[in-house]
Amino acid sequence: MQSGTVPVVLELLDICKSFGDNRVLNDFCLTVHEGEFVTLLGSSGCGKTTLMRIVAGLEPPTSGRVLLEGADMEGVGPEKRNINMVFQNYALFPHMNVFQNIAYGPKLKKLGKAEIAARVDEMLRLVQMQGFEKRMPSEMSGGQRQRIAIARALINNPRVLLLDEPLGALDLQLRRQMQHELKNLQKELGITFLYITHDQEEALNMSDRIVVMKDGRIEQEGSPAEIYDHPRTSFVARFVGSANVLQGTVKEISEEALLLETPFGCFPCSRDGMAAAVGESVTAAVRGENIAILAEATAPCHLTGVVKEKTFAGGMLRIVVKLGEETEMVISRQGINIEYAIGEQVALEWPACHCVPVDRGDGR
Amino acid sequence: MSKPSVGTKKRDFWWMCVVPLYLFTLAFILGPMIYMVAVSFATNNPSGYGFQWIFTLENYLRIQDPTYLQCFRQSFELAFSTTALTILIGYPYGYYMGRLSPKGKKLMMFLVMVPFWTSSLIRLYGWLILLQAKGVLNGLLQALGLIEDPIKMLYTYPAVLVGMVYALMPFMILAVYSSVEKMDWSLVEAARDLGASPVKAFWTVTFPLTLPGLLSGVILTFVPSMGLFFIADLLGGNKIVLVGSLIQDQLTRGSNWPFAAALAVLLMAMMTLMIVVYRKVTHVSELEGRL
Amino acid sequence: MKTKKLKFSTVYLWIVTLITYLPILLVVIFSFNDSKLTVSWKGFTWRWYQELFRDAALMEALGNSLLLGGLSCLFAAVIGTLGAIGMARVHFKSKGMMEYLSTLPIMVPEIILAMVFMAFFSLIGLPFGMVTLVIAHTAFCIPYVFMMVKARLVGIDKSLEEAARDLGATPNRAFLDITLPLIMPAVVSGCILAFAMSFDDVVISLFVTGSTLSTLPIKVYTQLKTGVTPKINALCTIILMVIIVVMFVWSFLRKEMDQSKNKPKK
Repeated sequence: MQSGTVPVVLELLDICKSFGDNRVLNDFCLTVHEGEFVTLLGSSGCGKTTLMRIVAGLEPPTSGRVLLEGADMEGVGPEKRNINMVFQNYALFPHMNVFQNIAYGPKLKKLGKAEIAARVDEMLRLVQMQGFEKRMPSEMSGGQRQRIAIARALINNPRVLLLDEPLGALDLQLRRQMQHELKNLQKELGITFLYITHDQEEALNMSDRIVVMKDGRIEQEGSPAEIYDHPRTSFVARFVGSANVLQGTVKEISEEALLLETPFGCFPCSRDGMAAAVGESVTAAVRGENIAILAEATAPCHLTGVVKEKTFAGGMLRIVVKLGEETEMVISRQGINIEYAIGEQVALEWPACHCVPVDRGDGR
Repeated sequence: MSKPSVGTKKRDFWWMCVVPLYLFTLAFILGPMIYMVAVSFATNNPSGYGFQWIFTLENYLRIQDPTYLQCFRQSFELAFSTTALTILIGYPYGYYMGRLSPKGKKLMMFLVMVPFWTSSLIRLYGWLILLQAKGVLNGLLQALGLIEDPIKMLYTYPAVLVGMVYALMPFMILAVYSSVEKMDWSLVEAARDLGASPVKAFWTVTFPLTLPGLLSGVILTFVPSMGLFFIADLLGGNKIVLVGSLIQDQLTRGSNWPFAAALAVLLMAMMTLMIVVYRKVTHVSELEGRL
Repeated sequence: MKTKKLKFSTVYLWIVTLITYLPILLVVIFSFNDSKLTVSWKGFTWRWYQELFRDAALMEALGNSLLLGGLSCLFAAVIGTLGAIGMARVHFKSKGMMEYLSTLPIMVPEIILAMVFMAFFSLIGLPFGMVTLVIAHTAFCIPYVFMMVKARLVGIDKSLEEAARDLGATPNRAFLDITLPLIMPAVVSGCILAFAMSFDDVVISLFVTGSTLSTLPIKVYTQLKTGVTPKINALCTIILMVIIVVMFVWSFLRKEMDQSKNKPKK
């Protein structure tokens, strides 16, 4: 979390937005500090793009307020807000070349020709696109257009830069490279970034703070480590790093851990300051890479199931173990080999510290 | 488009944009159309010029007269044959054109568009030169020794048919082409992969998918062919009387405006019906290949 | 897989294309024929072209046609473009109906439109002549411009104008800087199409022109009915050349439009 000395740049207060009967944002509140890299993470339709458009001034909120450096932005058009945006499809003006595209903002501010040229040159250097001044957008690759879009948005020295899935249209390799470059750029310039993505890897890699959104509300907010290691809800646990979510009844309580009973065996779970009582139902999340898969159980507390499926993806082996009719666990392992065959009975174990309790109740 | 800073002034500006079109359409399209419908129920002055505002259905009933029915039948026949022939020639053309390389497509597009843009009169004139009794075609056939005396080609039914097909062909080609162009060819490949013969794949995949284009082409050829009186006039002499020619005749020589109006209303109604059916069948609101 | 074998489709395309061009070529060829009749070839001459330019009546008709085409094209461009832009931004109940009505003139058979205009103009007592011609031609020119611009507006990515606003442009400025330049090719190409249609029209002109005013197509039509001289061939050839040049410009504009499309594809 940011310390109190860093000034607040952007404040969103109780933002609500409805399109007809469809409510896309519900009392959304967010505070963004100067120089922070904040990511809004959520699946499509969670309202993150709408939120960004409201911040940019392209869409009025149904209710609620947007404060930019303490000033209420109500009724202030996008052209008067010192916020710029990198659009998902770049939105480069197809009838202008690279120079004209980048110079569009300064030109509107009626800056001198020489100054504009110098600024454009500086921006092109920043995004490593010198020599492309005369190119038309149609003559460039996706990655190149991306850089120009960023340069065009940065030239106005915005207080906040909004980025709407800027890497969504790029292939995996380029995406990884651009993640790195964007992060460096942000550090170098010290500009506040408000970033939208549905890709948890991107969010974890780049952000200072992640805001996980679901159905127009904040599901959880925190540093990447917090979000990853201590998901507060089963949704966050599943969405960020696709954890397994299990439900059980409390059997034993100790200082540090809980022992949860399920029809398929029992498992330990860290207590995480939770005030639980024996017999209560608790939902817990455990990540696939932290689960040990064994032929014979080594601890008295373990789950048993049958290997159902093995797939290899992204350098990891995914093993699906079926516990009951509707309960499956996904375990991931480095490497390609695993000694267990499909249909074989196995035991699953993990230490309590790798398992965290999430939303109490039925886990949905 | 919702813009927070957009005041009523801004809205007014866009409204102002629509005003000229609105006024023009009301004054010079809707107004005249309503007037025409009204005239079709008015009573003609039997003595000569003009009509009286006395309501009558006589103008519509008059169409039952055998001579006019004959004219409608002839128009329909010609429109049907024209449409059938344009499909027969134009569908393969549009289909093959859609399968060319991008460069080939561009070239063919250009070649199709030039005659399309050329005055229909110029093109008709070409046919006149070709089909005349002492014209090019007869001369050629005679020179080849295939015929001794020139065949009468001009001022016959086939001549009118040729002229019609020729004039309307580009509409069919463009309509078919635009739907062939849009088609996803992997669907045909999938059908072939699943064991369909080329012919079977065509009839089960390509044809249904290009049907909107084809139907649009049918409307674009069928409707105008009822009204292209000057083709029938120039290539058919006075022998073939189409509804279009009849309307023209009633407007000028016959000077029976109410009757002409009734004929026009009927033609319009038929056209509207066809477009409604087209929309029902294809679920497309705009005709395909209309540039 | 390219085979040297001549494919049926290629042969078919070329044969039909050739037949399409045959009548047009005949008109061109016979414009150089040294004979008053268009039946057999008697040798090459430029005579008809010289006579054509000396024919005051034909030249006057040509002037009328150019004026008519130009004026109706201009009016159609203004009304159609503004209409398409406005229609894209305002919503009212009768919008669909209005769109249908304003594009009606190119949907109905020409003869009907001709009679509608003729009846209407005599009802309101407008003297037949250039004014009536321009109104009628404007009516069927508007749909070409309107539909072209409308299609183009749909194709323009909304986020472009938003990006301009975001970079500091007022709504008017964003429209002038972004949308207007992007629809210009559509306006021009709609105008060219409209001009060509106006320049070609016989049926409607025939009904709404007065007894004194004649356009080129009307002149050609009456001559075709009564008796042609090769002067008409020469005239047609010139018109044809103009059309081919215009076509080149038009297809170039279309290419421009295709190129300037923003491709947000993945």
